[in-house]
Amino acid sequence: MLSIALWISLTFIVLALAMNVFRLAIGPDIPDRLLAVDTMYVNAIALIVIIGLWLNTKTYFEAAILIAMLGFISTMAICRYLLRGDIIE
Amino acid sequence: MNLSFMIEALISVLLVLGGFFAFTGSLGMLMFKDFFMRLHGPTKGTTLGIGCVLIASMVYFTLYQQEPHFQELLITLFLFITAPVTGHILAKTGLHMHLKYITGTQGLQPELKDEDVGQSRVARPARPKRPGDIKARRKQLLKSRGR
Repeated sequence: MLSIALWISLTFIVLALAMNVFRLAIGPDIPDRLLAVDTMYVNAIALIVIIGLWLNTKTYFEAAILIAMLGFISTMAICRYLLRGDIIE
Repeated sequence: MNLSFMIEALISVLLVLGGFFAFTGSLGMLMFKDFFMRLHGPTKGTTLGIGCVLIASMVYFTLYQQEPHFQELLITLFLFITAPVTGHILAKTGLHMHLKYITGTQGLQPELKDEDVGQSRVARPARPKRPGDIKARRKQLLKSRGR
């Protein structure tokens, strides 16, 4: 049962990542692409956690924490650059 | 119906729900019509989905494998704190860049009653007294300095 649930969840998340890539390609403005990247890193964390469940290891959670922090900081930095023209004033 | 079967069923339900909500958030981001509508999907649906997946992982390692493991709670907390901040600053960026949006999504204007718009007057606080003539004040100041 667990392996079937893992397959279903992996399928959903890979489809979500594909839709994010599509929005990243066609997004008409910069904030749309930024939103696509923001959603993409959240989905990447879900993918890493599910792979950790699949392989039954705890090694990948540090990678998940790192991706969470770096994704948030990069989104904030690009938003600050678009808003103020500068990152750190 | 032993305990391990129940735990396995709980983990499976959480995993499928998490995947489904992440899929729904990305579908909303792909299919909505303008940027401010697109912002709704990832900030709510994807956050709920990733919370479900992380809780499923925590339950798996803690109860199914009998090894306590609570780092997922840290990621969940971090994502639940940062998702509203990101949505807010993305909406601010969209407003700042004057992106196109669809009119007609605002709903009806609220009807204002008399007491809301200030039909009945409220007494103002009294104004502070004006200081005296400025030449008299200057003269007094010079006198106090002894000139």
